[in-house]
Amino acid sequence: MPEALAASDPASALPPGAFQRNTPWSERVWSGLLWGVMTLFLVNIALMIAAVATNSFARRWLGTWLPQGWTTNWYVDAWKEFQLGSVLWVTVEVVFAVVFLALLIGVPAAYTLARRDFRGKRALMLLFLLPLMVPPITYGIPLATVLYQTGLGGTMAGVILANLIPAAPFVILVMTPFIEQIDPNLESAARVFGANTARMFGHVLVPLLAPGILAASLLVLVRTIALFELTFLTAGPDSQTLVVALYYAVFAAGVRAPQSVDAMAMIYMVVTLVWLLIALRFVNPTQLVSRVKEAPQPGM
Amino acid sequence: MSAALAPRAPFDRVLLLVVPAALFMVLLFIYPFVYGLLLSFEPAQGGALENYRKFFTTDNLWPTIGTTLKLALPATIVNVGIALPIAYRMRTKSRWQRFITTLLVVPITLGTVLIAEGMLTYFGPKGWLSQFLQLTHLYDGAIRLTHNYWGVLISLIISGFPFAFLLILSYITGIDPVLARAAATLGADPKAQFRHIYLPLLAPGLAMCFCLAFVQAFSVFPSAVLLGAPAGPTRVISIAAYEAAFEQYDYSMASAIAMIMGFVQLLIVAFVLSLRNWFYKGPVTGGKG
Repeated sequence: MPEALAASDPASALPPGAFQRNTPWSERVWSGLLWGVMTLFLVNIALMIAAVATNSFARRWLGTWLPQGWTTNWYVDAWKEFQLGSVLWVTVEVVFAVVFLALLIGVPAAYTLARRDFRGKRALMLLFLLPLMVPPITYGIPLATVLYQTGLGGTMAGVILANLIPAAPFVILVMTPFIEQIDPNLESAARVFGANTARMFGHVLVPLLAPGILAASLLVLVRTIALFELTFLTAGPDSQTLVVALYYAVFAAGVRAPQSVDAMAMIYMVVTLVWLLIALRFVNPTQLVSRVKEAPQPGM
Repeated sequence: MSAALAPRAPFDRVLLLVVPAALFMVLLFIYPFVYGLLLSFEPAQGGALENYRKFFTTDNLWPTIGTTLKLALPATIVNVGIALPIAYRMRTKSRWQRFITTLLVVPITLGTVLIAEGMLTYFGPKGWLSQFLQLTHLYDGAIRLTHNYWGVLISLIISGFPFAFLLILSYITGIDPVLARAAATLGADPKAQFRHIYLPLLAPGLAMCFCLAFVQAFSVFPSAVLLGAPAGPTRVISIAAYEAAFEQYDYSMASAIAMIMGFVQLLIVAFVLSLRNWFYKGPVTGGKG
């Protein structure tokens, strides 16, 4: 909160947060309840992850507090048995292709939607919003049918195309407010100096949009790693990503030791977590959909 | 936002930039969708509506709608209902805001399988939770939180909450705090500020968040298989669709189930979006909701 402003304006002596000094008890109970729920949630999640982690290093663990011995063999096992090397490589290829293509078609579309008003704009927005509003299985099953008919089903290209369906609209949804904040005068200036649309994009917009593009691409990346249904429906044996391989590993659980599955799940979590933490370094999660207004802006 | 097209303006080439994305969506989203819709009216045998008739008369098919809704609606309501007050508390910048926000968002990375494995180990009959409860004699009965309805519901809450929280937080922080301060000047207590300033401005964002969270919960598939009882109480509609497509190879029936699923989903979305108008009256916009 801007302290100076609150102080200079005696009428607004109540910035959010200031009322906590003489709060009524109901307010305190409510606050305690919220913290309680949050703590309960986080503690249980932490213990849940710890349970998986412990199991993945456990030699034998049946009904005791801690396992009887420790080993890293399950990780070696998981790597060999599930061909994790090739699965991870497929995941990397799919995810980066999806991010690149989603940006390639999403950012220009977001630009047009942010800057222009035209007939059919609402219908177009609906077209981009619909894939996010319909369960992936609903369009995934007909899509898989169409892809298998065209010979793309079960191939890497098919998996990439299927993952692009929610990814591209997501880029558009995140990028449109980012572009709206950029002063159109900058573009006009570039135009005055004779830049065409491509140069204007390359030299003015992309540098200014870099934080937004980075945020959008990291979020698409995390989402694509986690997107199960569409990959599950369209992937063949050698185009499985990590989530799908993991699901099959559990589903055929009879044969495999649960520790081995847990080791794989831990690898999955670490892979996603690294990317999410990188994403959170570059983008404040509160700025995802709209900008924070920290200080009142003059002329509002 | 009505289209403000100048009469006889020269063609604006910037509009071409939207064409690749639009074309892509038409080819890979609209076309398969329409194809699936048409396919669903061409059953292997019987009349055009045979698939739908079969769906609503077969005992292990039509109840899946209810099963799915019974999981998805409570999960979404809990997620949005808890995320709203917590996000509201986190709206002001503080030392803790960023840290707690990050902590609350981390479960996004867990993935269904890790959640399932974790719950089976942790909530299971020999897991830490049950050992702890027996040690402290808080609850002596056997806890049954896996391989049933509750297991799937809990996993939906764990995986859905961070997303709802993140979305609501970004909508709340988009609301100009000056508005709440203006209300405070006029004597509004915190409760009134929330009820009369934040809530109406948040309504569009909340509706959007509810819809997106509901989509996630409604298409529950892996956790219903891994954590639930996929043959009985958690036989959700996506399991039925999957079985039709990949176990019976009846793509026409699978498309019909997929269409029914999309239709129920869109009904809920339409209902929520119409509810939003009930909250949102004034012309003031607070964010990009």
